[in-house]
Amino acid sequence: MGTTVAETIKSITRQHLEQGNGLLFSQCVTAVGWIGGTVPELTPEQGLVELSMADVAGPGIAVGAALVGRRPIYVIRYQGFMWYNASPLLNYAAKSKEMWGIPCPILVRSLAQEGGIGPVASGCHHGMVMRMPGMPVCAPMTPQEWRAAWEWFMSHDDPLYVSEHRRSFPIDYEMTRVLNRRADITILAISAGRLNALEAVKLLNAEGITCDLIHVAWLKPFRMDDVILNSLNKTGLGLVVDSDFEIAGPSRSIAYELMLASSVPVHALGLEDRTAGFAPHLDNPTPPVEKIVKQVRTLLVKKSAK
Amino acid sequence: MVQTVATVGKRSADLGLIPGVSRQLSTAETLEMFKRTCVNRYFELEAARVYNTGVMKIPIYLSLGQEHIPAAISTVTRDFLIFAQHRAHSYYLSFGGDMRKLTDELLHRATGCARGMGGSASIHDPSIGMFGHSGLMGDQVPIAVGATLGSGRRALAVVGDASAEEDFVYGAMGFAATRKLPVLFVCEDNDLSILTRVSTRRSWSIVDVVRSLGLQGVDITDDPWLIAHYVKLYLKDLPAFINIRTCRHKWHAGTGTDGEPEWNRFELFKLELERLGLDREADEIESGALKDVKETWEQQLLKP
Repeated sequence: MGTTVAETIKSITRQHLEQGNGLLFSQCVTAVGWIGGTVPELTPEQGLVELSMADVAGPGIAVGAALVGRRPIYVIRYQGFMWYNASPLLNYAAKSKEMWGIPCPILVRSLAQEGGIGPVASGCHHGMVMRMPGMPVCAPMTPQEWRAAWEWFMSHDDPLYVSEHRRSFPIDYEMTRVLNRRADITILAISAGRLNALEAVKLLNAEGITCDLIHVAWLKPFRMDDVILNSLNKTGLGLVVDSDFEIAGPSRSIAYELMLASSVPVHALGLEDRTAGFAPHLDNPTPPVEKIVKQVRTLLVKKSAK
Repeated sequence: MVQTVATVGKRSADLGLIPGVSRQLSTAETLEMFKRTCVNRYFELEAARVYNTGVMKIPIYLSLGQEHIPAAISTVTRDFLIFAQHRAHSYYLSFGGDMRKLTDELLHRATGCARGMGGSASIHDPSIGMFGHSGLMGDQVPIAVGATLGSGRRALAVVGDASAEEDFVYGAMGFAATRKLPVLFVCEDNDLSILTRVSTRRSWSIVDVVRSLGLQGVDITDDPWLIAHYVKLYLKDLPAFINIRTCRHKWHAGTGTDGEPEWNRFELFKLELERLGLDREADEIESGALKDVKETWEQQLLKP
């Protein structure tokens, strides 16, 4: 068994705090599970800062530490709490370099989860960050992707929003692009949507539908490349699957970029435009495997009808 | 903890005034404080004059009536990180910011202190430890607290009586109290949120809230020596909070006025200097500041 995403985060954080003069800010860090096993069991003296439960003041305090060069890691345990946390992160940290030439490098770890967790604590909200200037956004799902995000952060003087999904924490393998010589559709998948898309691709393959699958870890700037464009031009049809809301969300935004670059129709599939309830039948999770399969079938029927 | 007078009272020109406080500073400190006040005042008056010619296409936030507050604080403090808000020209100047760069900033120039990005409201100067304000009222308070935690340096965080109502301000102050972080919180309480008075907005006192968080705090008038007195006192045991009742002479934004202020601290300042026998020195300082400021504006306006 390889190193998991959680272990990778924990190891990098330990090194940053013990050897890099770094800081980690969050709430209830030490109470339960050390945030999914991603935070090393260090002390305040070693740079682990337990914040009060003030969800707007807390990120402001972390931003202040970033301004004076401590490269803090700021952990938002529930990504839906970004609605509180956004103001100092998006209105100060993201703008500081452009406004005043003063870098404010803070790494924001924002954790999504799903499954009976209700209207706030579930889902990803990387879309709300993507629409603001000055804050690059990534959604790593593998150990190497998280490490690459960290290395990017440490080699730049910008803040970075890392949209994590708790489903990534036990992952101990890398995900490679699935490319076929002949394929019916190109699926680009984000965050936990990647795990569901992987399963969907297997089911579709079993019924004779071949899919290219591109894993998207970097959302802003979106990293377009020839492999993606070649796949789209080959299949003539694209679908972006995401764990954030679909309407005005990252899946549609990236689909738009892909369409402009390729002239191929690219569709989007994200969370439904409704509030998630706690009861399982009222949840609003990452598009499930069955839904992705159904969407691909529908799109292919329409494609063949043209 | 430093013992303070429990003055949570009614705003007035002499709220919390300590008899003989103007004799606590040395003559040199008093005259330096007055010089900084004059520079701030005449900078703002000249800025208003130029603004009225129409060359500035931005909102301007003048500190007239409040210009002596940063003059007093800066006279008795050293090596602070500075987190002010949108009405910050006088903080920038008092702590040593380059007047020419501030002038250029107000004239939308790339040579301005924020390269034209900051306008009047979001000025900064790294060389004096002054960080810019984003425009979200009060967000400088948690940021100042975090900067202190991260750097180990002392910080000055300035709010107004309106931004002090932002809930996150108290979360940050509470954190500073819990961690014993050396932050001096100052509220320039001009009793106005644009034009809405404090009594319309709330029934509670900021000082009461701050004290309940475990910070020492005091509610005083804007007498410059009194401000200097409490700043010096609190420097021994930060974090602390000073609510300063003051009078904004101009509109929230722009150069207009809504009549005479409740009191004119600049005139009261000069009156006390006269009582101290420093009127001749004060006259020289005032005329010198006026001349320097006017020359700077003229030079900068002549630049292409």
